[in-house]
Amino acid sequence: MKKHMQKLCRFLMQTIGFLLLSVAAMAQNVVSGKVTDSKDGSAVPGVTVTVKGSRTSTQTASDGTYRITVPKGATLLFTSVGFANQESAVNDRNSVDISFVATSQQLNEVVVVGYGTARKKDLTGSMTAISSKDFIKGAVTTPEQLILGKVAGVNITSNGGAPGSGSTIRIRGGASLSASNDPLVIIDGVQLSGVGNGVNSPGSIAGSANGLSLINPNDIETFTILKDASAAAIYGSRASNGVIIITTKKGRRGKPTFNFNTLVSAGAITKKIDVLSANEFREYVQTHGTPAQRALMGPTSTDWQDQVYQTAISTDNNLSVSGGLTGKFNMPYRVSAGYLNQEGVLRTGNLQRVSAGINLSPTFMDNHLKVDINIKASNSKARFANEGAIGAAVSFDPTQPVRTSSPRFGGYYEWLDPSAANGLKGLAPSNPVSLLLERDDRSSVNRSVGNIQFDYKFHFLPELRANLNVGYDVAKGSGTIFVNDSVRSAYKRDVDTAGVRKGGIRNKYLQKIDNKMLEFYLNYAKDLRSIKSRIDVTAGYGFYDNAYNNYNYADYFVDGSKRKQSDPIYATDKPQNRLISFYGRFNYTLNQKYILTINARSDGSSRLNPDNRWITYHSEAFAWRIKDEAFLKNSKTISDLKLRIGYGITGQQDGIPNYSYLAIYSLSNNTAQYQFGNDFYNMYRPNAYNQSLRWEQTATSNIGLDFGFLDSRISGGVDFYLKKTKDLLNDVNQSAGTNFAPIVLSNVGNMENRGVELTVNTQPVRNKNLTWDFGFNVTFNRNRITKLTFTEDPNYPGQRYGGISGGTGNSVLINSVGYNRGAFYVLQQVYDSKTGKPVENLFEDRDRDGAITDKDLYRYKSANPDVFLGFNSSVNYKRWNGGFVMRASLGNYMYNNVYSSTGIQRNIINPLNYLNNGSRNLLESGFAGSGPRFFQSDYYVQNASFLRMDNINIGYDLGKLFNEKATLRANANVQNLFVITKYKGADPEISGGIDNNFYPRPRTFVFGLNLDF
Amino acid sequence: MKKNIIRIPAMVCLMTVIMGSCTKKLDLFPQNDVTSEVVYSTAKGYKESLAKIYGSMALTGNTGPAGAADVFFPGSDEGANADFFRSYWKAQELSTDEAVIAWGDAGIQDFHNMNWTSSNQFLTGVYYKSLYQITLVNEFLRQSIDGKLTSRNISGTDADAIRKYRPEVRFLRAYQYWVLMDLFGNPPFVTEENVIGGPNPAQIARTDLFTYVESELKAIEADLPAPKTNEYGRADQAAAWALLARIYLNAEVYTGSPKYTEAVTYSKKAIDAGYTLSNDYRQLMLADNNLNKNEFIFTINYDGTKTQGYGGTTFLTHASVGGSISASSAGVNSGWSGLRTTKAFVQKFPDPSGATDTRAQFYKSGQNLDIAIQTTFTEGYAITKYRNVTRTGAPGPNDVFVDIDMPVFRLPEMYFIYAEAVKRGGAGGDVTQAVTYMNAIRTRAFGNTNGNINSIDLTLQFILDERSRELYWEGFRRTDLIRYKQFTEDTYLWPWKGGVAGGTGAESYRNIYPLPSADINANINLVQNPRY
Repeated sequence: MKKHMQKLCRFLMQTIGFLLLSVAAMAQNVVSGKVTDSKDGSAVPGVTVTVKGSRTSTQTASDGTYRITVPKGATLLFTSVGFANQESAVNDRNSVDISFVATSQQLNEVVVVGYGTARKKDLTGSMTAISSKDFIKGAVTTPEQLILGKVAGVNITSNGGAPGSGSTIRIRGGASLSASNDPLVIIDGVQLSGVGNGVNSPGSIAGSANGLSLINPNDIETFTILKDASAAAIYGSRASNGVIIITTKKGRRGKPTFNFNTLVSAGAITKKIDVLSANEFREYVQTHGTPAQRALMGPTSTDWQDQVYQTAISTDNNLSVSGGLTGKFNMPYRVSAGYLNQEGVLRTGNLQRVSAGINLSPTFMDNHLKVDINIKASNSKARFANEGAIGAAVSFDPTQPVRTSSPRFGGYYEWLDPSAANGLKGLAPSNPVSLLLERDDRSSVNRSVGNIQFDYKFHFLPELRANLNVGYDVAKGSGTIFVNDSVRSAYKRDVDTAGVRKGGIRNKYLQKIDNKMLEFYLNYAKDLRSIKSRIDVTAGYGFYDNAYNNYNYADYFVDGSKRKQSDPIYATDKPQNRLISFYGRFNYTLNQKYILTINARSDGSSRLNPDNRWITYHSEAFAWRIKDEAFLKNSKTISDLKLRIGYGITGQQDGIPNYSYLAIYSLSNNTAQYQFGNDFYNMYRPNAYNQSLRWEQTATSNIGLDFGFLDSRISGGVDFYLKKTKDLLNDVNQSAGTNFAPIVLSNVGNMENRGVELTVNTQPVRNKNLTWDFGFNVTFNRNRITKLTFTEDPNYPGQRYGGISGGTGNSVLINSVGYNRGAFYVLQQVYDSKTGKPVENLFEDRDRDGAITDKDLYRYKSANPDVFLGFNSSVNYKRWNGGFVMRASLGNYMYNNVYSSTGIQRNIINPLNYLNNGSRNLLESGFAGSGPRFFQSDYYVQNASFLRMDNINIGYDLGKLFNEKATLRANANVQNLFVITKYKGADPEISGGIDNNFYPRPRTFVFGLNLDF
Repeated sequence: MKKNIIRIPAMVCLMTVIMGSCTKKLDLFPQNDVTSEVVYSTAKGYKESLAKIYGSMALTGNTGPAGAADVFFPGSDEGANADFFRSYWKAQELSTDEAVIAWGDAGIQDFHNMNWTSSNQFLTGVYYKSLYQITLVNEFLRQSIDGKLTSRNISGTDADAIRKYRPEVRFLRAYQYWVLMDLFGNPPFVTEENVIGGPNPAQIARTDLFTYVESELKAIEADLPAPKTNEYGRADQAAAWALLARIYLNAEVYTGSPKYTEAVTYSKKAIDAGYTLSNDYRQLMLADNNLNKNEFIFTINYDGTKTQGYGGTTFLTHASVGGSISASSAGVNSGWSGLRTTKAFVQKFPDPSGATDTRAQFYKSGQNLDIAIQTTFTEGYAITKYRNVTRTGAPGPNDVFVDIDMPVFRLPEMYFIYAEAVKRGGAGGDVTQAVTYMNAIRTRAFGNTNGNINSIDLTLQFILDERSRELYWEGFRRTDLIRYKQFTEDTYLWPWKGGVAGGTGAESYRNIYPLPSADINANINLVQNPRY
């Protein structure tokens, strides 16, 4: 302590002495200059220019220029987020121009880590930070699309082409088998709920396709992706699937600067499902149908897919203002607003989103107290297109017209049966156009995510910081569904409370999310120069409360009358869970070369039995900055070299229902009553429960090497990882008679992911007029299930899943011990040696027992890729810039369910007295579609490896306009330009490995303008 | 510096206090669902639990028509295999001459083709649903002992009523153990002694299970309400007698030792309990068939409005409609184009037109008698036995979910048991009485005495055929054929038996079904039935 005091005194003396000297040097002169980006020479506004050692400072204007009065002999310090600090001694100059170097090439770049920030060079874990300048350009409406293909080990698959639809994000393949594999997403310190995939996934909100889609991508500054346990373990039980930390743009001190960008795009589907044309269909039915079936054909030729798809026009406008109040009240601010209007390629689909964001970062008490206030709010109004029309457009009889002369059923052609009470042919499909145009399904979702964060640097001990973060994530999703009573799908569908048969739908829904959180931590960071060490210790506490409010409503007909017995038992429900955590991190750096990080987190969850509710996670990591060793220090060739080794354990509780350890009863609804005598009783059912549920645990080992050559013109990293998950949350068959369900969520099973990630970024050309960046990343991931049952059973084939359309209970995927997850479990097709065509229902009798049974099924390929790659490149030439992002996925296969359910004779000519169209594959396979096993053929499992051009863009800087008060840039890009694949269906990239009525991803042409003023 | 030394620990202390109080906040409870203590605090709660036990035979789960299945397997269809009677029916009928189905559901064709496996989803469904109902009964018995009633302050008439539920639920448990004994032979065995989440249950041998079912039924016999005195849909003494009669008739199959005398005794008890045949056979399976309660001994109750599901009679009605059959004639909105019958069954009727024997309810228009392809609805005659219309022809209240109650036991079965047991040597009855019973059935069927038989006609084969004509598609056929040694044997063939157009025998191990692989994997105490 004594030593410490001495040092403190010495420091104070020096400071005071310096100040005195400054005062003495009274001679002043004025310096001006311009700060430009070293990369492309563009002006950098908002740079803080400080006279070193004084409080004099200013900021660069929107054109990058500044003016400042300096004393003689002064040195100017240039600082700005995203750029390396730079100093320049003024000497006798009147003009000091600075070529500012963006910190992407700089190791001093500060990246956001859990509960704080760290210099990139000090990182020990495997993490990747991507900032706004590296985001994908163009019409990006959901945040995760910004980093598509940019990060090794991160696989992002959009869930289809619907407006605002989400993505499946997998970091290093995910750690879980049947529980959630979604990463934890934290935006400005607030955990975001509802990152799930689609409307009904856990955590999503009613009326919104995806939680992330409610955040305006234009407000995002950085993405940090924590991939291994040593990086993520501070998030403990929520970290097994990786963590994505998003920070939004903040204000910069100085005069207000405005940014306005606008873009307009047009999207259209790239490929239709290849079905029989009307003429082919006629010929087929003439040849194969009975006279009665032939008579069913109509006189017209309709391409139903043309009828349901449209060119989708979208616009996106964003305005932001950023600046800082100075003087007594020092407060940088940024305010933004956006309006997105996006059409779907499936007719009627539309999303309108108004979003707003406010960031305030005032400081008080001489910068000792920093306050960060972030509020993001949005309102999304969506009309959901009825996606049932996608499949209906494939299957509907192409010889029938869209509309008829009869006004019945809304004037649409439908299959009729005069003998039926409602006049409609039962089980026949609905007219696809009617499905779309006559269903009005609208939602409105209000959402706000925000927090206030106090960061206090103790006056008496500036090395110690206290940080309090209070945040919320609230949402209200509501909607209405309206279907006219003349429409087939809702025609005379049931009786009302008076027993009168009615039709149509007039329903509503409402759901609220109410998530709150509080975090508090202390951080102590200190350079101990005497022993060439630095320590950085953090300890904290967190409280997280997640609640839903679900409102239940009866079912109404279009005339407003209520469907009989449709009243909900409970008007509301409030599922809720909480998490309480204690966490800490210890960082020790020796000699700036050897870095040790230890993380620990103890989590307690309300979802688990009090007896096994708490668990502690931890990680240890070590990094060696080889570059800073004497033998490399002066190397010009090697500009960076760092070795990272880490090990840690993280957990997972997502997927555990809120109260599953409690023995509770629930009451049946009003259409599940039972009759005794003349009375009906709602039924009290005991629910299955598992008191011994606990956390999934993943142990990750990681070895990584970061490298940079030739002044970082070639840089990158390679990581080897091994992830072992035990106590997998799995739906496990119970011994019959021991619980109230045959399958109960239990902790059984182990799984491994091992892989290699390589990222290389290069800058082949760098000069004043031309820079060219090229980067690629590649990930090899191998997945093995090592245990699935309580007791080892060599006869247990595994968990079958992956239901397909065509007969109920048919599935084509399996998880089994010793194999990768998501293997296809199919029969080996036998082909005609002469024609090469598959012979229907002829399969390899693999067990040679003389019959084709389940025992002849085999594991064939997998839905998951072995390798995925990302390529990105950008070129800046004078005022031009251009670039592209491509992704490739290798070794992933797909079950073509469109072929197997529609490309068969039984589908086209069926015994139900109506006709269906189907895939043209029918003409190739010639399958009748009879028998219970033809669809289990590996013939339908196709190679879905692909190379996709996700984005190609070009931009031009028009320079200064309006009296040099503004700069304007124009850009254009094409998204989803092409896909190269052997896959025969419409799109090879479908999460889950089964292709059935997938909402097609459009090809989109975008034009945009960006104005700074 | 001294200050710091004080302040930091003080802050740590403060934080610890805050955090300590927070950890209690991890005890959360649902808003609507309740614990057993709440459910069983009132007599109403007991009755709603009783409703669940009965209702689990009629419904797939707690949300009608679907959405919260009692036994659900991922990827499967709730209606198709989470319903007790629908899966039970498939196991009992699709495997026989009475029924074929056109669908492509995984494993559904295996019944008729006689190549089912231990992973068959419908066998898994009926097995788990039977044991589910047994588990519910066990829980109810634990919750309704006198000590619990006293501690919950339930007394007087409420307590008396609850005590009377106990023999009823034990009857249901015995019934489900009979189902398991008949279909699977040697299932796991759980009673109220086995707690939830407890160790793997032991397996019980078929003969021991027979003894258990018999002893349970006899133990509750006296405590059950007298015949026809309980609420419609609830079990009484006659139901227990009917089940005893049924197990005794099949005792030789289950245990190797015949018990025909007992079969005569108990079928007679049920017959003499005051039941009578309804007038019109064609009105037995209609939307208002609760009007037949003089003939029905025990029913599973369905209601198109309040008891909705895709199983049971809703399945039987919709799946029978296809081809040129008009859905509205069956009182439903659409046909599911599934179920038909084979020529072998049609030929059980000398005149299949229905003009003489009204039980012949075939739909022939556009249907081929011979089946070329099982998966085409128009191959094989359709059957119009189940129709969601009332006696007056009016449609049921809901055209998707039907109102037809399913009799589990009805009087004619008791007549048949009596006759067969007598013919097989059971004491306490006589052929003359048996012929009288047969003629009662046939008189109703023919509308006159033209079809009546004499005692010389009363052969065992006649009884089997007559059973089929009377009880077809009610879930009896497989059990009957096994008892007559005509199920797997090649002495009696029907179209596509064993997957061959002309029919072929199967190996005798298929006289019982395999235990589902799901439970074999979960319960190490289970030994799979031979050869599976």
